[in-house]
Formats: sequence, C-alpha cells, structure tokens
Amino acid sequence: MSRLIRLCIVLASLVAGLAITPQRAVAAPEDLAAGLALIAKDSFNDTIAGIDAIARSGAPHSAALVEALQDRRLLIDTANQKVFYRDAAGAVRDAQSNDVAADPPANLTAVRLNNRVRGAVNAAIGALSLMNPDPVRRIQAAQAVMKSRDPAALPVLEAAIAAEKIANVRMELQLAWAAVTFNKADASLDKRQEAVALLREAGTRDAVSILRSLPADAATPLREATSSAISSIEQRLALWGYAQNIWYGVSLGSVLLIAAIGLAITFGVMGVINMAHGEMVMLGAYTTFVVQEFFRTSAPGLFDYSLAVAIPLAFLVAGGIGVAIERGVIRHLYGRPLETLLATWGISLILQQAVRTTFGPTNREVGTPQFMSGAMEVGGLVITWNRLYIVIFAGLIFVGLLLALRYTPLGLHMRAVTQNRRMASSMGIRTGRVDALTFGLGSGIAGLAGVALSQIDNVSPNLGQSYIIDSFLVVVFGGVGNLWGTLVGALSIGMANKLLEPYAGAVLGKIVLLVAIIFFIQKRPRGLFALKGRAVEA
Amino acid sequence: MITRALLTDDRTGKWFLAIVLGLAVVVPLLHLAMPPSSPFHISTATMALLGKYLCFALLALSLDLVWGYCGILSLGHGAFFALGGYAMGMYLMRQIGTRGVYAHPVLPDFMVFLNWKELPWYWYGFENAWFAFLMVMAVPGLLAFVFGWFAFRSRVTGVYLSIITQALTYALMLAFFRNDMGFGGNNGLTDFKDILGFPVQANTTRAALFAVSALALVLGYLVARAIVASRLGKVLVSIRDAESRTRFLGYRVEHYKTFVFTVSAIMAGIAGALYVPQVGIINPSEFTPANSIEVVIWVAVGGRGTLAGAALGAVLVNFAKTTFTTGFLAPYWLFMLGALFVLVTIWLPKGILGTLYDFWARRRPNEEPDAKPASVPQPAE
Amino acid sequence: MTTLVPADAPAPLTPSLLYLDGVTVSFDGFRALNELSLQIAPGEMRAIIGPNGAGKTTMMDVITGKTRPDTGEVLFDRGVDLTRLDEAAIANLGIGRKFQKPTVFESHTVEDNILLALKGDRRARAVLTARTSDQETRRLDEILEIAGLTAQRHRLAGLLSHGQKQWLEIGMLLAQDPKLLLVDEPVAGMTDAETEATAALLKRISAADHSVVVVEHDMAFVRALGVKVTCLHEGSVLAEGAIDTVSENPRVIEVYLGR
Repeated sequence: MSRLIRLCIVLASLVAGLAITPQRAVAAPEDLAAGLALIAKDSFNDTIAGIDAIARSGAPHSAALVEALQDRRLLIDTANQKVFYRDAAGAVRDAQSNDVAADPPANLTAVRLNNRVRGAVNAAIGALSLMNPDPVRRIQAAQAVMKSRDPAALPVLEAAIAAEKIANVRMELQLAWAAVTFNKADASLDKRQEAVALLREAGTRDAVSILRSLPADAATPLREATSSAISSIEQRLALWGYAQNIWYGVSLGSVLLIAAIGLAITFGVMGVINMAHGEMVMLGAYTTFVVQEFFRTSAPGLFDYSLAVAIPLAFLVAGGIGVAIERGVIRHLYGRPLETLLATWGISLILQQAVRTTFGPTNREVGTPQFMSGAMEVGGLVITWNRLYIVIFAGLIFVGLLLALRYTPLGLHMRAVTQNRRMASSMGIRTGRVDALTFGLGSGIAGLAGVALSQIDNVSPNLGQSYIIDSFLVVVFGGVGNLWGTLVGALSIGMANKLLEPYAGAVLGKIVLLVAIIFFIQKRPRGLFALKGRAVEA
Repeated sequence: MITRALLTDDRTGKWFLAIVLGLAVVVPLLHLAMPPSSPFHISTATMALLGKYLCFALLALSLDLVWGYCGILSLGHGAFFALGGYAMGMYLMRQIGTRGVYAHPVLPDFMVFLNWKELPWYWYGFENAWFAFLMVMAVPGLLAFVFGWFAFRSRVTGVYLSIITQALTYALMLAFFRNDMGFGGNNGLTDFKDILGFPVQANTTRAALFAVSALALVLGYLVARAIVASRLGKVLVSIRDAESRTRFLGYRVEHYKTFVFTVSAIMAGIAGALYVPQVGIINPSEFTPANSIEVVIWVAVGGRGTLAGAALGAVLVNFAKTTFTTGFLAPYWLFMLGALFVLVTIWLPKGILGTLYDFWARRRPNEEPDAKPASVPQPAE
Repeated sequence: MTTLVPADAPAPLTPSLLYLDGVTVSFDGFRALNELSLQIAPGEMRAIIGPNGAGKTTMMDVITGKTRPDTGEVLFDRGVDLTRLDEAAIANLGIGRKFQKPTVFESHTVEDNILLALKGDRRARAVLTARTSDQETRRLDEILEIAGLTAQRHRLAGLLSHGQKQWLEIGMLLAQDPKLLLVDEPVAGMTDAETEATAALLKRISAADHSVVVVEHDMAFVRALGVKVTCLHEGSVLAEGAIDTVSENPRVIEVYLGR
C-alpha cells in the first residue's frame, strides 16, 4: 500500500517535472521593450503593467531596473519616450541596452510611485530574486513566494524551475510553485493535482497548512487527493514526532544514566546513599567552567579542546573530594546507612554554599565547542550535536565501567564486597580501601556527569539538586549492584518522562512518573535487578 | 490521673510540660498586659517567632515518634505539615469573603484571577471551621495511612523508604506549584483576614494562637508519650532494633508501622495548621525535600527517641537559624547547618538529651536509669 | 518425584504436626532445598544435623514463612498451608523460632523481652491498651526463673553475655508457648554445664507435649538429647534414625569427612 503511494508520488512528480520543463521561458527582449514603453507613459496602471513585463523579460538587468524604480532612480526622457536609470554608482544607463549613456538627456524625470506601484515592485523583486545567482537568495525567494502564494510570480517561478540546476533549490522552487498553483482557482485540475502530489511529498507542516486552505467548493477529485495527502503527511509527521520524543527520551535517559551510575556504584558496594552526589556533579560542571576561563584568557585558539582537559580534571577533582568525604566522614558511620544519608546531606549543603560564595549564586557561562554546537536533521528528526555527544559519552562511561568492574582488581573486589561484605573481608580484601576507592570512583563519575551537564544546563550552585532526586529514583528503580539495572532504569525513566510529556505536560508527567515509581517500589522493593539469596538480608 | 500515670517515671517530661505550659501562659500575658515600653513586654514579632518554634517542635516530635522509636526515617514529613497547613489555609481563604481584591463572595482572589467560574469540589466544606479542622487531621492522616499501608506491607525499609518519602513530598511540591491544581500555585494561600471570627492580625488573636500552639505541643507530647510507654511502644522499639525478630514473635510489623506513621502524620498536620495563621502564608515551598530533611536534623540534635529532645532540637536549631540568617553571618548559615548534620551524626549520635541521659546513668550506676531512654540506636542491619 | 495422590487432593490426614513434602527452594539456580520431605509428630523432638550449606537454615526459613518454596507442600497442624502465610501469621499459629545468632531486643530490659514474647493478642489495638495481668506476671517470673535471668530482669538485654542472650531467647520461645519450637544451634557459646541444662530444658519442653526441632552441630549435645536424628545434605534428607544408626551410616560419614 505505502509502496503504491510512493510510486504515485514519484510518477506524479515526474509528470510535474515534464509539465514544467516544456514551458522553458526564454528571455524575451520584446517584453523588455514593451515594458519600457509602458513605463515611459508614466501612468500608474501602465507602470504596473510595465513592471510585470520587465520582470517577465528575463533580461539580466531587470532586477536592477525594478530596484531603480523602487528608489526613484528610474528616469524617463519624456520627450523621446525613452527610459534610463541611474545605477548604484551614479552613472546613467540606458534601460533597454544597459549601456552607460554617453550623453544623457538633461530633462530626465523619475517615474512616479504610489502604493499600488510599490506593491507591484515588491512582488517583482520577489520574483526576480528567484533568478538571483546566489542559491541561498533563491531559496529565500522561493520560501517568500510559498508564503505569499502570489499567482503573479508563477511565470517567473516556472522559468526559474526550468533554469535551476541545484536539486534542493529546485525542490524549494517546485514547492513554491505547488503552493501557488494549488491555491490558484483557475489553474487546471491536472496542475493542481500535481501541486498536491508535490506538497504531499514535501510532508512539512507548511504543506499541511497550504493543503488545508483548499476552499470547500473545489472539485471533488482535488478535494479527495488533498485530504488523503493531509492525512498521509500527518501520519508521517506523527511518526517523526514519536521518533523525536524517543530521541528526547534517550537523551534524558543518558543524562540520568551518567548522573545516577556513580550513585548506583556507591549504593551497591557500600549500601549508603550519598546525598552529596548531586554536588559532585555540580563540582564537575564548575571545573569545566574554570578550565574554560583559563583557556579563554590564555589560549583562546585552543578553546575547542578545553573539554579534553576538563574531563579528566573534573574526574580528579570530584573523585578526590569523594575520597576525602569517605575517609573523613562516611568511614565513621559504617553500618548506619540512615546517618550516612544525613551526614552527606550536610556535606552537600556545605559544598553548595562554598561554591556559592566562591563563584556567586548566579549561572556561570560555559561555552560549547564548535564541533558540539548546531544540529543535524535526519528525516524529520532534529538532533542537536551536544545531546548526541552526551549520549555517546554516557555510553562510553557505561561500557568503561562495565569493563573496569569485570577486568580490574578493584572491580573484582568491589563486586565481592557488593555481594557479601563480611565474606570479602575475611578473604583478605581490605574493605576500607575498597570503600574509599569506590566512593572516589562514584564521585569521579559524577564529576564527568557535571562536564556533560555543563553543556546542556545552567551551571549554578543548584545544578546538582535538580538531578539528585531523579538519580535516586533511577537507582531505586533499577536495583542495586547491577549496572544494567541502572541503564534500564535510567532509560526507562527518561523515556517515560518524555513520552508522557506530550499528553500530560512536563510537570504533571513528572508527577505521574513519581507516583508510578512509588507504586513500583511497593511491588519490587529491591528494584528491577535485585540481588537474591541469603546474603541479601544478612 | 492518666497524665500522672504516664509521667511517673518521666522526669524530663515533667520539666518539659511545665516549661511549655508556663510559656503558654506567660508569653501571651507579657505580650498583652505589659506596655510596649516595658522591658518585660514581648513584641508581636517575638511572639510570632516563638509560636513558629512551637509548631516546629510539634513537627519534630511527630518525626521522633516514627524515626526515634520505630526506625522509619521519613524524609517527607514536611509534606504532612504542609498539607495540614493548606487545609487551614483553605479555611482562612474562605473566611476572606468579599474582602478580597476582586471582592468575589465565594471564589478566592487567585481563582478569580485565573478566570475560574466556580469553586472546585475539593474546596467545598472548607468554609466551616469544624470541617477544615477535621481535614487538617484527615488529609495528612489518610495520605500517611495509604502510603504507609502500601510501603510497609511491601517491606520497603531503610534508605529505600527514605527515598520514596522524599519522592512523595517532591511530587506534591510539583503538584502544588501548578496553578490548575487550585491551591494558588506559586503564591500559595495568603492575605488571611479572620479565624473563627477573630481578626488574624489582632494581638489577642495572636496571643490565643500562641497559647493554642503550646497546648497542642503539650497534647502531642502526652499522646506520643502514651504511645511509647504502652506495650505497643515497646513493640515499635523492637521493630526498630530487630524487625524480622518481631515478625517471628507474631507481630504484624506493617500494622504497627502504619499506625504510628499515621498518628505522626496527623500530629505534623496539626503543627502545620497552627503554623499557617501565625506566619500568614502557606505556599508550595513548604513541600521542598530540603525542608523535610531539616526536620530530621532538629530531631537528631535534640536526641531521637527522647520526644522532649526532638522539641528542644527544633527550638535550638531554629533559634540558631533566625539568629544567623539575619546580619553579616547570613552567608555562613548553610555552612553551619551542614556542619551540624555532619558533626551530630558522627560525634553526637544520641543528640543532646540522649547524651545527657547517658551521662546521668553513668553518674548513678547503681540506680536503674529512669525513663529508660529508648535511644540506644542499633546499628541497622 | 511421582505421587499417586492427585495435586488437588485434600491434605493427607497424618498424625504429623509438621509435614514437608517435595519442598524445593533455589536462589539464582542454586538449590538450597531439593525435594525435601520431613514429618514431625506432635510432641516429638527431632535433631537435624548436616554440614554447612545442607539447607538447615533455609528449611527453617521455609517453615516460618521467611522464604517461599518454589514447589512443594508445607502443612502444619491438620493441614494449614504455611506457604500462603507470612511470618507473623505462622508465629501466631504456634511456631516459635530461635535464631542461630541470638537475636534479642537489645534496648529493652530482659523483662520486657519476655513480656513481648508472652502468648497473647498481637493486634495493634489490643497491644496499645494492654496492661500486664497478674497471670502474665506469674508466667514472667516463672520463665525468668527457668532461664536463670531473675537477677537480670531489669537490665538491658544488650548488656547480657552471649550465653545469657541464648537463655533469654530460649525464655522468649517458652513465653510464646508454641506448639512447635524451631531451635537453631541453641548451645553455641555455652559452657558444658549450660549445655546440659539446655538439653534437659528442651527434653522437658518436649515432654510437655510440644514438638521441638533442634538444629545443632554439637554431637555431644545431640547425643544427650537422645532423639531421632535427621541428616540433611544438599537440600534433602540423607539419613534418618537413631543417632548411632545415623552416625554409622557410610554416606553420612562420607559427607561429613569428605571422602
């Protein structure tokens, strides 16, 4: 079915192309002469007709003529009924030949303008830019015509299409042509059908709104083609919209993943919730800020590489502070998870306030390197580069951690402690050292998350707070002691958030999600991927 | 009679009740009877501040009941406080009548402003004081009951429970920030005029509100004391220290937890309801998770599992907060609060009162410790 | 395992108080109990032995409702299906448990520990208004006497020695007055004299028409009990019978000595 539709579209556009091509309008010098003759009469009606003729003529300098008219630089030698214009440089040129007049007549008067004439001039300029040598201008002109749907532009448009070599400019021109033709009540049914086919293929929101403007009294086959085109486009748009939401979900999920994965590790190994985790993220973001400031002042040319320095530095800063917190505070609270929660909350207040006094309470500007700004379009999807890089970054961190846990001695020890602390301890694993390093690792990853978040969010002392509750939920939802749980948790929460948003709105969607998670925890108190066995309850 | 029976072996409790009852009489008296020029005069601002402390003390007491005695660390008790406050706020809004800016006879100003045509159904009844006061207890109580029933039956414990209570208050905060929830959105409920027919701003009304807050604290203490001194209170401590052992003795732990959680939420709701007319506003920021965590530190400072200590901690920390958030020390308050969290959990795990009890017990080793402080926090499993 | 009785047949009318049939429990693929079948008669005392990981503790977990079996029947007292009940309900049916590691309520006094264990209405409303009756006081005194803790009655349980905690837990078990007592390593950390006293106490309890299941490593103690012995291995019954028969069983020797 859909293949049939596609075939029809292709055929229709072929037909459309064929239909337009034979009308190859060659520059007609007689139009120019006739137009100039009309203008020479200097009556408003004749001037307007003259403008149309000049615009149609295709003469290389017709744009210059129309612009001259607009600026009252189009001059008439009333006595000889000849037309001249003064070019931008001030030289007087013959309007017919475009040669500099060696001896211009003395009594030249400017062609008179009124609003009607100005309107005609504007339309003509729009049409003439369709022939502009600059392809960007041509696209702009085509889009302008598409908006105005001025039937007067049709002949020029057809000429432009015939002359156009660049495929995407040509497509824009054809769309403009379709928009105008579709709206032109006196165009032939075939042409209007072609227009529908072209618009249907374009499949944009603009195309839908053009198609919707069809009057109710249009011919039945046209109405049917139109409504089928509308529904086809809307279906396609809805699909793309869905894909876009999924992408947003993946993007949010990856942000949650990097924010939560460090938390999951410390919770899994040590059984403590680090309420200062969000502040580690914030410190990572501020490290990025400081590094960038340094680059800005001392090596602005290397600014694009600032993140390469910020990433390891953020890991070290946050990780180092993490180790310090573990050695200084958490170590003393071993086996008292609730007290640990309170103490780390206190630390989070201190860190927040420290940053607030050092850097001020307002947002700090963190720049985006050149290669991460902008967006790309994949079909109907808009994917910004910075989001894409964050997804990749999150993936790398995840894989890196997975490998580290599997293949490094620390990873082995961490897994051992996660599963059975007492047994690990009696096997000779120095659990204290494992705790400190685990906490440092978790915090360091939070620092990395900060680098990533500095690219998409405001860098302020409250940065961490805005992610911490979501991160907790990811950990609680995903289950403890299993990185895959965190991945699934982060992606499903991110996805659910973004898929709920269009229906419920951002805030209500979030509330729904929170309530859903609260209920989920009732069903599976230990999360999706819970450890089982006797060791768990010991 | 019952009171005396409750307090026979509770020396701290006697002192505590004597002080609070004394405040209930002395503060309003000094405020109303003394001329403003007198050094003994208590200003309106001071009395309002003290009244606020009393409400916080009741909130801390309610948290101590669940955390200190049953080991349930709720990071969402601010939500029950705020719900009670909103119930009271809705009553006070309905009392404004035509004196609002838009002078609408039924709709509060913010609803007129939002172009609402009629009162949402959940605002019905709040024009009656008895209904509103019932809701002050029923709404937090019901929420706690339903939430607790589900959570405790599924055996959500420890940090998991803490996290979802935090999620609960966070969700409520988001909800109450929304204009279309019908609770005044961002601005909350304010510009109150009358309570029970008396003008809210009048000195006598304020004095009465202060006295009522003090009495509520006394009553809250007696209820909490009655619970912890009963055999049920002993079961609660058993649950705190060895939950599964308690189950194997045949106690349905989830029933006990739900019971005490609900009672505690009702107390928090009452505290919120008394708080609102004294500060003159309730808005969604009361639901912020940070607020709820702050309550925990009040209890920890004073000594959890001591009831009176929780109230003491609430007053001390809030007094420090008032002192240090004004003036040149303001930027350092959060450092101090943060340090308080860290230092108390590491070096003063039993809080002020718990440590004092230990000290007294060591001074008189031959006597049995009176009012056995149930504050020997077991390292949780 | 094949059985001639259809699955939905009514519970077998056996004289047993506790009836386990084909009980299997696995944790992530590891079979802690493997088709375990066991019957305890009313008033019977049974000793369960077996090397580490034989499934002794898991069996107790299944009986007391802490762990749900994957398959199998667990019936108590004329056909009550224990697999459908939670810990509290099972405890109220009359099954008491003493843990391997003594677990008492450390911030309660010895007296309160016993008081909380005393048989009675466990519903929250009843407990809230409960007053200690004369009968309860008498029973309390009696149990404190038996457990040898009368002098310690006002001390916090957390301050007791390891052996005293063992006795306190046994006292709590007595206070529950259960039909079936599950006792996990009751004499670990006890002196010889205390061990003997414990054996005597358990025999007395059993004689008073209580069923007792004792899990113990201490062979001298098991011998002192002089009751039927069941040896578990890898989650099923390896041998059953008098202590001498079982300890001479070549498979038991093999399992214990690893030959």
